[in-house]
Amino acid sequence: MTTAATPPAPTVPKSRRKTSEPREGNPASAGWFTKTTLGLIVFLWVVPLVGVIITSFRPRDDAATTGWWRVFIEPSLLGNLTIDNYKRAIENTNLGEGFINSLAIALPATFIPLLVAAFAAYAFTFMDFWGRDILFITIVSLLVVPNFVSFVPMLKLYRDIGIGGSFPAVWLFHVAFGMSLGIYILRNFMSTLPRTVIESAKIDGASHFQTFFRLVLPMSAPALASIAIFQFLWVWNDLLVALVFLGPGDKAPMTVSISQLLGQQGQNQELVTASGMFSMLVPILVFLSLQRFFVRGLTAGAVKG
Amino acid sequence: MFAKFLTTIVTVLAGIGAALILYWLLNKLAELMPSKYEEKLKPYFYILPAYTAIAIWLLYPAVQTVVYSFKTKVGFPAESWVGTQNYSDLLGSEQFRQTLINTLLWLAVVPVVTVILGLAIATLTDRLKPRAEYLVKTIIFMPMAISMVGAATVWALVYDYRNSGNQVGIQNAVWTSIGGEPVAWLQTSDFKLNSFLLMVMLLWSTIGFGMVLLSAAVKSVPTETLEAARIDGANERQIFFRVIVPQIWPTVITVFITTLIGTMKVFDIVFVMTNGNFNTNVIANEFWLQFFNNNNKGAAAAIVVMLMVAILPIMYYQARSFRKQEAYG
Repeated sequence: MTTAATPPAPTVPKSRRKTSEPREGNPASAGWFTKTTLGLIVFLWVVPLVGVIITSFRPRDDAATTGWWRVFIEPSLLGNLTIDNYKRAIENTNLGEGFINSLAIALPATFIPLLVAAFAAYAFTFMDFWGRDILFITIVSLLVVPNFVSFVPMLKLYRDIGIGGSFPAVWLFHVAFGMSLGIYILRNFMSTLPRTVIESAKIDGASHFQTFFRLVLPMSAPALASIAIFQFLWVWNDLLVALVFLGPGDKAPMTVSISQLLGQQGQNQELVTASGMFSMLVPILVFLSLQRFFVRGLTAGAVKG
Repeated sequence: MFAKFLTTIVTVLAGIGAALILYWLLNKLAELMPSKYEEKLKPYFYILPAYTAIAIWLLYPAVQTVVYSFKTKVGFPAESWVGTQNYSDLLGSEQFRQTLINTLLWLAVVPVVTVILGLAIATLTDRLKPRAEYLVKTIIFMPMAISMVGAATVWALVYDYRNSGNQVGIQNAVWTSIGGEPVAWLQTSDFKLNSFLLMVMLLWSTIGFGMVLLSAAVKSVPTETLEAARIDGANERQIFFRVIVPQIWPTVITVFITTLIGTMKVFDIVFVMTNGNFNTNVIANEFWLQFFNNNNKGAAAAIVVMLMVAILPIMYYQARSFRKQEAYG
């Protein structure tokens, strides 16, 4: 939720460094206390990840008998490192299939809510109609409704109309629960766009449809990007919805197959870690390359329902 | 594999195409109207898909869920009204009460710690040079991109337990090296130890979120107010608590509520790590167990209704603070 202190999505993309510029005069600077504390926190944050990365490259016997940190102490263990786990994980645990399924779920489940949200946000920002405010407030209050409100009835409905266990069933579910946040952020953003441009397009005879696709969408690109990233990560990382509507099987995304693998526990730690790393690859790449947009989306006010 | 890949691509494109065509058709339909109505009706056509989705996926199920919660074995011939029995059965069972207590413990710990640590890190990183600040923040924020299932693969390794021989989990390795006996961390429910260890996983992924929002707020505090306080002789602590905190308070509330809602729904961590065993169950996982393992849809619906009731005040708060903000903002 945007509040007074978190500004609505800024019109002009600001670089992070710029935001800190006005505070360059801040007399408080990092002393040893700050540096040690932050160093310690970063260390605690990173160690578990480093453990997984290293374990995912270790042969089964090494991983089962010695801790991953031994590779730093006994350089001979370094020679054992291998990408075998990844090969085996992809071949034996249908991780490759899971990867395709994850994409097949996440791409439309990102695009469709974005489209629905953009149209609704356009109507809320640039069109006048009866009931506009109350309809918008409905959206705002629905942001917090947890999605398992719908599981029991939707499962039954999907079965009755015959789309149970299919990709569209999951897309549509994500549309319903992803678009509210999109509408909210996009409306905040669109209301900062210069109205004169939209007015003059209207005078020039452009229809709403043209104004939307040719003017408003391109101008809203930063906000669209941040919602897209948010929704993509959300769907890609989702376990519960996929578990309920697809279950384990040939349509299961990676999260489901890995949770299955984790359930068996025991001796296949090297497979679990390799699969885990594999599933993190896409979100981490998306995150690192588009972090700026992601941060802006969050600070534009986000309560995920 | 290739055939599957191809069909998947076709399905994806068909889905995306269908969505685009739907809006094109709606627009055409609006344009077919007599021009007097066209302008009036178009907005409704543009928001129609959104509100259809809300009606089908939110309103209808919400009503149905309430109905189901007073029934038993939904969807089977045995469907029948049972009054409030689902509720009394749940609330009467010791195991469910434990689940509620665990959930309350999560709610009491995670949002508060997220706000405090998030704010602490935001304030500390603000003092670093820009490049170091960016690096530290990226590292702390990154777990948010990782799924809870991914996080489970990370933390299963940290909490790993071997009853003899070399420990491969780092927590037991540290623990045994300072003289302790190996501990099966996730099975130890004394003082709710295992629940706290699961909370650490959620904190690992949410603190970055709190930090990002709070950091943006801290940076937006006008420097003049800080300087004025310094000239008046305030020390750093006073400046923090009396000048900075009051100005960023709305963001603190935002982070708190967002994390609170997230924590209420926490499922993946518990499901994957313990499946609610060893007294770590929480309400979302209990929903799952009733829903699929026990096939007790009535009880599952009753759990959801309880959760909805708990969420209602937050919905009201959202709507109210939005109205206020529109009015003054």
